[in-house]
Amino acid sequence: MKEPLSEFFYQSFHSLAGAYIHIPFCKQACIYCDFHFSTLEKDRGAMTMAIIKEAQLRKDFLPQQALKSIYFGGGTPSVVPIADIEKIIEALDNLYGIDASAEITLEANPDDLNEAYLTELSRSPVNRLSIGIQSFKEADLSFMNRAHSAKEAIGCLESLAKYGFDNYSIDLIYGLPNQSPEDWLWQMEHLKTFDIPHFSAYALTVESKTKLAYLQAKGAVELKDENAAKHFELLQDFAKKEGYEHYELSNFARPGKRAVHNGSYWEGTAYLGLGPSAHSYNGKERSWNVANNALYLKALEQDGLALEKEILEEKDRFNEMLMTRLRLLEGISEREINSFSPVFQRHWLKESRKLLATGKLVQFSEGYRIPSEWRFFSDGIAADLFYT
Amino acid sequence: MKMKEIRNFCIIAHIDHGKSTLADRLLEHTQTISDREKKDQLLDDMDLERERGITIKSHAIQMNYLSNGEVYTLNLIDTPGHVDFSYEVSRAIAACEGALLVVDAAQGIQAQTISNLYLALEHDLEIIPVLNKVDLPSANPDEVKDQIIDLIGCEEEDILMASAKTGLGINDILEAVVERIPAPEGDPDAPLQALIFDSVYNPYRGIEAFFKVVNGKIRKGEQVKFMNTGSKYYADEIGVLKLGQESRKEIGTGNVGYIISGIKEAKEVKVGDTITSFERPASAAIEGFENVKPMVFAGIYPVDTEEFEELRASLEKLQLNDASLTFEPESSAALGFGFRCGFLGMLHMEIIQERLDREFNMTVITTVPNVSYYAYMKKEPDSKVIVNNPSEFPDPTKMERMEEPYIKAQIITKADYVGAVMNLAIEKRGQLKNQVYLTSERVEMTFDMPLAEIVFDFYDRLKSISRGYASFDYHPVGYRESDMVKVDVMLNGEPVDALSALIHRSNSYDIGKKICEKLKELIPRQQFMIAIQAAIGAKIIARETLSALRKDVTAKCYGGDISRKRKLLEKQKAGKKRMRQVGNVEIPQQAFLAVLKLND
Repeated sequence: MKEPLSEFFYQSFHSLAGAYIHIPFCKQACIYCDFHFSTLEKDRGAMTMAIIKEAQLRKDFLPQQALKSIYFGGGTPSVVPIADIEKIIEALDNLYGIDASAEITLEANPDDLNEAYLTELSRSPVNRLSIGIQSFKEADLSFMNRAHSAKEAIGCLESLAKYGFDNYSIDLIYGLPNQSPEDWLWQMEHLKTFDIPHFSAYALTVESKTKLAYLQAKGAVELKDENAAKHFELLQDFAKKEGYEHYELSNFARPGKRAVHNGSYWEGTAYLGLGPSAHSYNGKERSWNVANNALYLKALEQDGLALEKEILEEKDRFNEMLMTRLRLLEGISEREINSFSPVFQRHWLKESRKLLATGKLVQFSEGYRIPSEWRFFSDGIAADLFYT
Repeated sequence: MKMKEIRNFCIIAHIDHGKSTLADRLLEHTQTISDREKKDQLLDDMDLERERGITIKSHAIQMNYLSNGEVYTLNLIDTPGHVDFSYEVSRAIAACEGALLVVDAAQGIQAQTISNLYLALEHDLEIIPVLNKVDLPSANPDEVKDQIIDLIGCEEEDILMASAKTGLGINDILEAVVERIPAPEGDPDAPLQALIFDSVYNPYRGIEAFFKVVNGKIRKGEQVKFMNTGSKYYADEIGVLKLGQESRKEIGTGNVGYIISGIKEAKEVKVGDTITSFERPASAAIEGFENVKPMVFAGIYPVDTEEFEELRASLEKLQLNDASLTFEPESSAALGFGFRCGFLGMLHMEIIQERLDREFNMTVITTVPNVSYYAYMKKEPDSKVIVNNPSEFPDPTKMERMEEPYIKAQIITKADYVGAVMNLAIEKRGQLKNQVYLTSERVEMTFDMPLAEIVFDFYDRLKSISRGYASFDYHPVGYRESDMVKVDVMLNGEPVDALSALIHRSNSYDIGKKICEKLKELIPRQQFMIAIQAAIGAKIIARETLSALRKDVTAKCYGGDISRKRKLLEKQKAGKKRMRQVGNVEIPQQAFLAVLKLND
């Protein structure tokens, strides 16, 4: 049976799509990170060629329209030569075309953003940076095993304007062990000092199979949700006072500076993910590459893909919609709910009523959202609304 | 068939000592089953039994065996292997003239083997000792032989060496059955007396009862009477039990068979009852009949309150083939409407819970099990009030005294663990009655102990403190006066009746504290703080605080996180579905049994 694809759906998938490129290399491992990367230097040249080959092999995954965004994430994309980044961008342009106003983001670490690198980067098509600062405090950086120093963090922010980068984001982490509310307020002061256009602030999360998980299990590190919750509150107050839109649970932007590419994850539009461990989505299926550099390279050497996929049923799409949209300031639109089959609409009516009654969900002109005091419970609230 | 060519016997063995495998070998050797029909552990036919490796419901099977030119009819009567079912074991033993005492050559004699052996000796059964698993490298036949000789006073050469796994010694066993076990005695001309030792429920044919004809004979079609229940039926079909049922016109004295008489409910057929002829009834029933009484009681509630009627229907169906299950409606302020169910023991309770889940797809909440107490009130000190539920616990100021059921517990363990077992038994209010060294290595201890203490994690702890080297059996020995209190649990000041437990005063503070700690562990954090308190009457005896959940979201949600995160939240939601909302607190199912797992 053919699933009825709603008007909304067509609209989403005939709008512009994005491409994500995973650069699976890092200088060293941060204690909290569970993303896929290798600290080995070998394979770095072969990886660029393999990613380009993958883009060619999967040309039909996205609709044939110019890309609205390209995002180099990792790992640490700034550890590979800019020439390689340019080669990948060129290949994507040849395959899909890149929209004139497309956002092209590169994740970079402060220790890589020296004058020479920034000079070269300013001449490349990359027009947005996402900088992994995490903290301005030396002790935090060494606890997290970051490759850069606090001085390098400040230094790179000072250089950015010089090279004409006015569209960039920085990452910060809160809820660190021993981080006091005053520490966190001090971190946020830097956002003001450098007039940062966009930032992501993440509560430190213990992922399994990380050094942080090991330290926690050993009792060497204790993380308290109370601290994270307090910091989140301070963060919300700061954003409001300083004119940042808290547009996604962990993302804050000056008006007009929201992340275009990351928006596709939260708004449910299509994206093609290239490179080891990268995920792709086209409205019907989600696929992901093997999270292993050697296996990825081997498959592509033989003109094959090391890809797994799952077909998303309407129930899955409905639940994902709840889970992602409820992270957003704009929440869920009435129109999008009505794009699902009647059984889901009825389910929504029944379940949302309970949450509206408790104030965990509020209705506004275009839809529904989680009010600021409940945003730190977004996952639980989404799960309450899930269709199972 | 002549009576002198019949042999009725059972196998006495501890779980895992190879009873079922040995039975399989006997059936193969006598060609009762062909290779094609061979299934491991042939006699256990419920899924659940196969998984747990225990025989819950006993069956019988008939073999023909040729020895010295005579064809013998051998009826092997299988016995359940768990303490919860000891009455059924006693009736199966009563139907036999002999027993194979199977002992694992590596593990030696266990408590359960001994208690069943005593039952067999009480009924004057001829015991054939068999040392099984002699092929195992860890076998210690000489020592185990000594244990057996000590126990039953046999000669060393009487002990047969076997390996049911390899088939070693099977022929010797069959020969010994024919030579050593006496043929049944009985008067073929006397009025019919047949002992019912088991029954099963067949959804198409009704109840099938298994019996041994003690005197007289039973004929197809005749009208019969069950002497203890007083009910009359027609013997619509009778027969013998081969691999399947084979119908016969008549079953003679000493033989074992089945009867189908259109009985719909298991409770009409009572194990131990006597079948007699309606026209020419026997003057008395066979001795030893007892009405089986439930020993352990617990509330069973549907997780979804709307499923109460479905739960009733499911319990009714279960009762059709399990007469030992009892239930009556009860209600709880916390859980709504449910049933107070009576079980033979803790294993029986678990089996019922699992069968509800598997066969009827019913998700239920089971409350803290308790035994049946007797309360005597000041007003009427001579009439007892039965208390099967903490909510029935009378006002202590108006109560004169209370009694609780006691058991005689037999524990056999390695000498190394005597101290640990003793400490556990004392903690459980046990009193040592006897201690016997079976060998220099193995000790049998006998305790008097309240049954209620067995309900609370006794068996698991016994196994863990003895590293598995302790076996345990028990028998009820009546009621004794006891000082019980009702420990209530409150969540945010609201009493949750379904979490109340009846506990001996001497343990109440300690257990109250442990209950609070366990609940703190089992109740998930919620968006508000939860005070967990235990109280006796108005007096708070313990308190724990469950802090509020302050964060329920992951920081990152990008392309690679979505699928994994959706699945995780779906799982969380499924878990929430199995929780019960009491006041504004969501309580997971396992919290209602927290009191049983206090030492995990």
